Amino acid sequence: MSEVGNVAEQIAETKETKSIVIVGVGGQGILLASEILAQTAMLEGYDVKTNEVHGMAQRGGSVMAMVRYGGEVHSPLVARNEAHILGALEKIEALRYADYLRQDGLAAVSSQVIMPVTVSSGAARYPEDATELLHQAFPRLVYIDAAKIASDLGDIRAANIVLLGAISQGLDLSLESWEKAIALCVKEKFLETNRRAFAAGRNYS
Amino acid sequence: MTLRRLMSGNEALARGAFEAGVTVGAGYPGTPSTEILENLVKYKPDVYCEWSPNEKVAFEVAAGAALSGARSIVTMKHVGLNVAADPLMTLSYISVEGGFVACVADDPGMHSSQNEQDTRNYARFAKVPIFEPSDSQEARDFLKLAILVSEEFKTPVILRTTTRVSHSRSLVELGERILSEKKIGLVKDPPRFVPIPVWGRPMRQRVEDRLIRLQALSESSTANRTEWRERDLGIITSSIAYQYAREVWPQASVLKLGMAYPFPDALIREFAAGVSNLLIVEELDDFLEQHVRALGLACRGRDVVPGIMELSVDRLLAAKARMEGRPVPEEQPAMFSDRLPPRPPVLCPGCPHRGIFYALGKEDVVVTGDIGCYSLGAFSPLDRMDSILCMGAGISMAHGLEKAGEPRKVVGIVGDSTFFHSGITGLLDIAYNKGHSTIIVLDNRTTAMTGHQDHPGTGRTLMGEATLAVKIEDIGRACGIERVCVINPYDLDASRKVIFDEIAAKEPSLIVSRAPCPLREKKRVGPMRKILADECKGCELCLGLGCPAIEGGEGGPRINEMLCAGCGLCQQVCPAGAIIGGGRA
Repeated sequence: MSEVGNVAEQIAETKETKSIVIVGVGGQGILLASEILAQTAMLEGYDVKTNEVHGMAQRGGSVMAMVRYGGEVHSPLVARNEAHILGALEKIEALRYADYLRQDGLAAVSSQVIMPVTVSSGAARYPEDATELLHQAFPRLVYIDAAKIASDLGDIRAANIVLLGAISQGLDLSLESWEKAIALCVKEKFLETNRRAFAAGRNYS
Repeated sequence: MTLRRLMSGNEALARGAFEAGVTVGAGYPGTPSTEILENLVKYKPDVYCEWSPNEKVAFEVAAGAALSGARSIVTMKHVGLNVAADPLMTLSYISVEGGFVACVADDPGMHSSQNEQDTRNYARFAKVPIFEPSDSQEARDFLKLAILVSEEFKTPVILRTTTRVSHSRSLVELGERILSEKKIGLVKDPPRFVPIPVWGRPMRQRVEDRLIRLQALSESSTANRTEWRERDLGIITSSIAYQYAREVWPQASVLKLGMAYPFPDALIREFAAGVSNLLIVEELDDFLEQHVRALGLACRGRDVVPGIMELSVDRLLAAKARMEGRPVPEEQPAMFSDRLPPRPPVLCPGCPHRGIFYALGKEDVVVTGDIGCYSLGAFSPLDRMDSILCMGAGISMAHGLEKAGEPRKVVGIVGDSTFFHSGITGLLDIAYNKGHSTIIVLDNRTTAMTGHQDHPGTGRTLMGEATLAVKIEDIGRACGIERVCVINPYDLDASRKVIFDEIAAKEPSLIVSRAPCPLREKKRVGPMRKILADECKGCELCLGLGCPAIEGGEGGPRINEMLCAGCGLCQQVCPAGAIIGGGRA
């Protein structure tokens, strides 16, 4: 991975666009996580595009957000086998979108399990070997209990920010910009918890 | 340094409207268009905004404002323009005085819609110009441009986005608000504004003349630009398809049409003459391609680029392979697709609609449904909806089935916002034409599916002011329905009894099922429920509710405390009395 260094120079040199996909279940805070990531990249001087799902899919359905940044970004969507990072707040959602991640990409997956109604109603099964499948699918895997870490910090809802911290391990964006972006996107009274949640994810190994 | 902000396409449209001096905005919520007006109202009191009962009304509100000289926009999703097509077609004739832009959001891929429609067809149909931004910067720029074009040519203008333009964020340079210098006030001119035939026929001619002048504009508009790169391949494209094409063919020359109609024929011919091979890349209909072919120009397009569902870089890579005669990589099923349980959207825990669908489950009736969260009642295990057509059809189609002689009883279901949108006239029809359908309005006191917008029944306006809350049962009685009742959908036995009685009645009836959406209220309905494992007989009737909070599995069902909203339906369904209300209230 490249050093942070002089980003403007780096953009001009490589122009490579970085692509990140964050997935989970409606209501887990995926959109906030992607917004903070986009703001961070913007603060570092990159061109940024994001895409997210609204409407019907949000009602407890499977949700995906995409962020791309670089010298000049055209498509807001990440193509298959293109993502440098796949972040997931639920185990089988990570597997569902596994083919967005490029072979040498980093997967940051929270160990949370949320049963889909298709499983609770008996129409389908939640794979018992989901954890093994994750290790098979992702050679570079950060497997993290983001919900527990957030809960220990006092607010389980900050699990998305813990995951964002883990995602940040694979990106060449400075801690200073991350913290600035978090302050821009998060309400004052949640700021301290979210800062600590981010740090916990960023330092997790 | 100019101020740049990361904005969604919809936020950027609102910003563009603000900067363009728009003072009136109206619309009806619909994914992916909803956030345009939600963002525009943030500029109050500089801009007046309203949720109208439906798109036709909203269109007419904005048109009225434009006749007075004010700059206005109206917002809707693609199917909304079907509802507003009537005023669109004739506003094109009577013309506008202040700038008027209809912002219409298409949904290729049907992420949140019942069909795919290409709104560009409406531009040609109504003989009005259409702009198509490909990112948020263009959304802001083109909205401003569209207002100026509208005012200069006195024509309504359509601005078409798609789901990916509306809901993608990118950087936008902001500017100052520039107000119109026009004095507000309708200048009396019946031959201009009254299309009775004697004045309408000259209007018809003026529309045609205007189209010729608009075509000249499209030849020189900054919205249409030629990007010369290598000359071997030239691509004509618009909207988000431009962004995908740039990734897939970075070296190709591009004619990007931001103003897609009227077509800039000279520009197209010049571009085609400058490249060896011509390719049209457009999402949905072959709107551009048919015209390019009509100009006598050879091109590739629909033969390699799919015309249904949204485009993507992946799909254009396949198109590229097809063009170059290479084998096309088959669309691989996702890696673990055969092992992963699907996760479709579901009615939330505590949703008041669930009780009605469950109660209906016992009756041998046909259910004509409608558009909203309650569309999810069609999924298993509730599986209690037999048709959906369009806004309001849940009521009118019930009547049609009955008149055709459907042997079973028919129940029509609509939501509260849908009732105000297009349900009232259907109800009037049932009363007038002696139907006896049973109509249930699922009144959760909000437009839930699109993100909780207000409507005439909520007692609040988009401007944030308190207002009268129109009662659905009052409207029912005014329509001539005599059997009108209100039920609590969380009381399963009582709901069942009322529904059974009304279905049996030989007269039409209106049942208002009233309970606010807990997601909007942000509070639980009642105390959390718990399943006593010792008492549970394993009948799994509770799982038939399709509640995300009840998880089945070995050892019997259990209730997820994180998710339970305390509606208590499961407790009423359990024949063993194994479910109790306990824990924290």
